[in-house]
Amino acid sequence: MIQYRGVTKIFGHGPELIPAVKDITFDIKPGELAVFLGPSGCGKTTLLRLTNRLLSLTSGEIEINSQDIMAWNPVKLRQSMGYSIQEIGLFPNKTIYGNIAVVPRLMGWDESRIKERVDELLSILGLEPDIFKDRYPVELSGGQQQRIGVARSLAADPDILLMDEPFGAIDPINRERIQDEFLSIQSKLKKTIAFVTHDIHEAIKLGDRIAIFQDGRLIQYDTPETILACPANQFISYFVGTDRAIKTLGLYRAQEAMSEKPDIIIQGAMRGLEALNRFDHKDLADMIVIHDSKPIGYVDIQALGNKGSEVKDSVLAFPVLINLNDTLRDVVSHMLMHDFKQFPVIDDNGDLAGVISHDDIRKCILKIFNDRENRTGP
Amino acid sequence: MNIIAFIMDNAERCWSLTLDHISIVAFSIFLAGLIGIPTGIIISHNKKTAQKVINIANIFMTIPSIALFGLMLPLLAIAGYGLGKVPAIIALVLYSQLPIIRNTYVGIRNIPPELVEAATGLGMDRWTRLKEIEIPLAMPVIIAGLRNAAVMNIGIAAIAAYIGAGGLGVFIQQGIARAYEDMILAGAILVALLAILIDCGMALLEKILTPKGIRITGNLGV
Repeated sequence: MIQYRGVTKIFGHGPELIPAVKDITFDIKPGELAVFLGPSGCGKTTLLRLTNRLLSLTSGEIEINSQDIMAWNPVKLRQSMGYSIQEIGLFPNKTIYGNIAVVPRLMGWDESRIKERVDELLSILGLEPDIFKDRYPVELSGGQQQRIGVARSLAADPDILLMDEPFGAIDPINRERIQDEFLSIQSKLKKTIAFVTHDIHEAIKLGDRIAIFQDGRLIQYDTPETILACPANQFISYFVGTDRAIKTLGLYRAQEAMSEKPDIIIQGAMRGLEALNRFDHKDLADMIVIHDSKPIGYVDIQALGNKGSEVKDSVLAFPVLINLNDTLRDVVSHMLMHDFKQFPVIDDNGDLAGVISHDDIRKCILKIFNDRENRTGP
Repeated sequence: MNIIAFIMDNAERCWSLTLDHISIVAFSIFLAGLIGIPTGIIISHNKKTAQKVINIANIFMTIPSIALFGLMLPLLAIAGYGLGKVPAIIALVLYSQLPIIRNTYVGIRNIPPELVEAATGLGMDRWTRLKEIEIPLAMPVIIAGLRNAAVMNIGIAAIAAYIGAGGLGVFIQQGIARAYEDMILAGAILVALLAILIDCGMALLEKILTPKGIRITGNLGV
């Protein structure tokens, strides 16, 4: 738990005062990842550096697990929190082992425990311990160095992590991958994390909550969904982009938007004629055919030429099947790419779980936006 | 040829003067490092003080050695050390300060700021950071300063023969007094050889003391 109470930081002396952080109050709940987001110079990094006393407060209070940071010895305070930075800052004179072991050594762990911990961390981050332990940072690629930077900040198993654009220095493809790895690690470790970035995509992807800063002030602190659905002001709606509805699609899964639609689902064993009658009644474009509760394809009126045979003999295959956990963003992409208005949604066994259509997605997004607006509206 | 003959004939004296020369330079470099390296480290976190300290060290550099010996003579004479090894070593220590302090300062200042930030952010105190990160990374530059000072001191120590400090300068001084060309040249050549030898030795030391992780690329690249 990190609590900011009226936190203010002013740089400079005398007439040349530069306020960097102005009266900021909010909490980062235990186990949550809070992203500090904003353009450069907005105070997000300053706030992070105030948290571990790399900078000293001008006024206000910061509490870590209900204890004022000013009550701590600054060196001990920093050892108790993981810290990683954009430039990574691996010590070139130390091996990978030596780099990861820095904080445990400062805290006086015995060497066998450190060794075990280093091996464990390297394995978690997908780096073979025996290959990497004795190498020097210069011998590693950028992505590998960044992983070591994260491993180093996790070394002494701190409750709290402070990360300043930790994935900022690598190429987009590797960044995507390391973000995914980091998310899966975080879902297990449940650390309390303050994470600085200027990348809105990264913020939406990683953040449980996003704190948006502008000119040293906290403008909005909310879940990514809420920030996209109802940005607090013009600046934020500009910052999150005019495509915020599209970004929202990336936050929701197929299962949240799909519906049952029993009238467009027919059994494979149904006779063609019976199926055609269904079309007559309903004025529908096509129907999803299931067999053994698995979707095997679809039929339209043309496909049902042979009225006597079973429907399953005339099905057309879907180009893709949507999983419950696919994002709406992916679903829309499939719809556009294959020119389909609807897809069956399957669970992990391949059984039909529901149907998702253009209309479902439109309604889902509309509902999200309306709900948020009503909740936070005047 | 005569020079070689001179050296052969006086092998024992050559050897003892060379050892004498080395001991003066080694002792003065040791003392100078003991003073200069900590000074360089202390001033590395304060740019203004650093400028002043380096300026003072620079002033010593501008005083010609023979003048410095002259200036020190009446002062040290009070304590009975006006001539001999003591004023020579004091002069050498003073001359060494500029390269040693300056290199230590530059070596530590040039450590990439993100390394200092990472070290501090991870919870190293000032002393640990110096010991674990700053000094090891600045080591090649610090040794280069010592190397610079050592080579320079070999030359200045030769002049110190005029105030009775001993060393290979004795050949040059006596050779001039007696207009004995072979003796002058023998002294000069031995001093030059010694300087080259020490330079190579220090270069080797520089290499050995460079942390392996930065020896690979030769820079502090992160």
